[in-house]
Amino acid sequence: MGVGIEVTNLNAWYGTNHTLQDINLNIPANHATALIGPSGCGKSTFVRCLNRMHETNPIARVTGTVRIGDLDIYQDAKPVEIRRRVGMVFQRPNPFPTMSIYDNVAAGLKLNGYSNRRVLDETVERSLKNSALWDEVKDELKKKSGASLSGGQQQRLCIARALAVDPEVLLMDEPASALDPVSTSKIEDLIFQLKTQYTIVIVTHNMQQAARVAEKTGFFLNGRMVEFDSTHKIFTNPSDKRTEDYITGRFG
Amino acid sequence: MHLPGCWCGQLRAVLRREWGETGTREYGEQKLRKSNDLRARIRTITDGGATGIAVLSTVLVVAPLVAIFVYLIYKGASSLSLDFFTKLPKPEGEPGGGMANAIVGSAVLLAISSAIGIPIGIGGGIFLAEFGRGTRLANMVRFTADVLNGVPSIVMGLAVYSLIIYRQKHFSALAGGVALGIMMIPTVCRTTEEMLLMVPHAVREAALALGVPNWRSVLSITVKTASPGIITGCMLAFARVAGETAPLIFTAFGNSNWSVNPNDPISALPLEIYRYSISPYDDEHRLAWAAALVLIVLIVVAVSLVRFVASRGVLKGAS
Amino acid sequence: MLLCALSIFGIVVLIASELVQRSHLAWSSFGLGFFFSTFTDPDTKLTMFWDPINGHFSAFPFIYGTLVSSFLALLIAVPLAIGLAIFLTEMCPQILRGPLAFITELLAAIPSVIYGLWGFFVLVPLLREHVNPVLIQLLGWTGFFNDDNPTGLGFLAAGVILAIMILPIISSLTREVMSAVPHSQREAVLALGATRWEMIRMGVLRNARIGIVGGVILGLGRALGETMAVTMVIGNTPQIQRSLLSNGASMASVIANEYAEASSDLHLSALTEIGLALFVVTIIVNALARVLVWAVTRGAPARVG
Repeated sequence: MGVGIEVTNLNAWYGTNHTLQDINLNIPANHATALIGPSGCGKSTFVRCLNRMHETNPIARVTGTVRIGDLDIYQDAKPVEIRRRVGMVFQRPNPFPTMSIYDNVAAGLKLNGYSNRRVLDETVERSLKNSALWDEVKDELKKKSGASLSGGQQQRLCIARALAVDPEVLLMDEPASALDPVSTSKIEDLIFQLKTQYTIVIVTHNMQQAARVAEKTGFFLNGRMVEFDSTHKIFTNPSDKRTEDYITGRFG
Repeated sequence: MHLPGCWCGQLRAVLRREWGETGTREYGEQKLRKSNDLRARIRTITDGGATGIAVLSTVLVVAPLVAIFVYLIYKGASSLSLDFFTKLPKPEGEPGGGMANAIVGSAVLLAISSAIGIPIGIGGGIFLAEFGRGTRLANMVRFTADVLNGVPSIVMGLAVYSLIIYRQKHFSALAGGVALGIMMIPTVCRTTEEMLLMVPHAVREAALALGVPNWRSVLSITVKTASPGIITGCMLAFARVAGETAPLIFTAFGNSNWSVNPNDPISALPLEIYRYSISPYDDEHRLAWAAALVLIVLIVVAVSLVRFVASRGVLKGAS
Repeated sequence: MLLCALSIFGIVVLIASELVQRSHLAWSSFGLGFFFSTFTDPDTKLTMFWDPINGHFSAFPFIYGTLVSSFLALLIAVPLAIGLAIFLTEMCPQILRGPLAFITELLAAIPSVIYGLWGFFVLVPLLREHVNPVLIQLLGWTGFFNDDNPTGLGFLAAGVILAIMILPIISSLTREVMSAVPHSQREAVLALGATRWEMIRMGVLRNARIGIVGGVILGLGRALGETMAVTMVIGNTPQIQRSLLSNGASMASVIANEYAEASSDLHLSALTEIGLALFVVTIIVNALARVLVWAVTRGAPARVG
């Protein structure tokens, strides 16, 4: 089951570039939260701070607190553990090309030491069913490589791969931006189903998408979080003028 | 360290079924957590171990190189003297002497080889980059150049022996130069092609847009733009063949006197290093070390120069 | 320009034809048996392979010597080269990367004869005094290390020198294919909760393995044809021995040693036939390597070798 995320005074740098400034927000459990904003406003950086991927860059730096459940992810745990508990799906699907579909989904499990055939088989099946890909690939699990699927299928494979290790939070960085409209709507349907089991944070450029799938939305601008409220309110009656300008398309 | 709420949901359900409902849910979770911790520790140790091995490999690689260089400099420097550069070798067993003829010989050989290798190499490179781009012929030429690159140098010597020496019935500098020249071709060809491909399209289009009349002029502009890179390619090939010995053993053969006639056998630095190192005389060993030092300095200078030019941006002329 | 390009074809064809012509005599005298037959010396009743005096020639010991020294070199060089490549691509701090890469490049630029010089005067005595006795003591029971040859020359010395020589090529190609693996693959593995080594193993090495194999094969190709350094440390005795510490000879080394003073036309022809065999083998090996590396990097690898 999902857990809530509490972010306090988060600041992030790329070298001397102060990418995120004083971010404070509470992401509710078992909901989908959307993050919107113009290019370069820091929403991707923010999301990458939630699973400590930001620090894989040698010039990156983070200060502040991020609590997932009751765990301070920067003080109380190591990155390896956090990244298992907080799954991530990237903008461009990145399945492992040298592995079969089965092995792709099982990759995270094998990393964590699970080798029992039955456990793997069943978890792979459940994950693929959860990401609405099972029916399309169930006959060719071990024969087809991960890269031989279509774009939309690859992204669902990546979602299945992330789900297989039982994360509590699922981060999605513009998951449908590289996909065609049909695949996009399939992914959005998926998010609808998944958010009952996981806490989902989705970064998106597409405001309509945010309106469709998320209960809460945060608007980022120039490294600051300008407004964070229910999606309905953000899109119909935003409190901040900058939010309103973005929503109505005056910039970005 | 307590990891709350790990292994939840479906994986836990699967595992619970796996272990039957033996014991309680607490038992299952405890078992999970214990094996978790152990696994985590093993993974951390493996990670550290892998890092250690990688560092060790690096040290093991760098150490011999440093050792070789230091030893070369130490042995070579103590044997270097003015005589080395100016005198001829003494007859066997007599102390003293130098390798002036070998230095001159190397120069002659390199001149001949450059005269053969550089034009053909640059021509081939221009063809690959400008005229044959993407064609099957170009791919075959490139492949053949790679094949030529991989031919062992001794086999090159055999072929040139058969081609020239066998027919002329005497060793000659020309044959040696031909062998070395052929060996220069692939390197020069490849770097020329690479450098030409790096010339931005904008330069070519600008030339065409200016109404430059024919392909020849466009060519001269792109070649001139890429010329620093092309020159470094030639230097690289030059440095490589300067140290080659095997093809010379039975083509140029060596000569203990002054010689600059391409029709006569000729000496060369690497050749003499080889001959002197297997001789029984200590004096000749010292000469071999000195020659090795000279050779290595030349090559290091060439390689460093190449790197310097390459890193400074070969195409400054284009921007 | 076209002429220059075509001349490259011409040159390779020319080389091949000259080699074939010169080796014709030996080919017609011995046929295929040239590569694996043995003779018995009529006087001493010993097994001989290479007998210029009586006109019996077999290339067997040289093939053996080439293979043993090359594979020994691979055994030593491949793990070190890959370790170095992993360190440089994934673990090395930015400031060290340049100097280390430069040092590796310098290693590649040292001429073979200088390696031979150093090998003969430094490595061989080192082996003779310190390493071989230890090997004989610890591993003599395997049969690969016996004390018949106290000189320090032999297959082991050749293998070590070759290893140092092919290391830069394998390492730089491995680095190239590792760098060609897209960053997104690394991130995908990390996001699943992998340690750095697991990320390297699953995200990088796994994707680059075809190219790495290509690099290893390229190193093999270089080792097969290497002449001067091997000639100076292998001992130049045409024999087949199980012990890695015995003297031997390689295909390239026998040509370098005997060609200039070959005693008969048959002798010359036999040597040329060995050269032809070397030519064919290195072409095949190098072609295979280039295809593998090209398949991974989607472009011709540059400035290698």
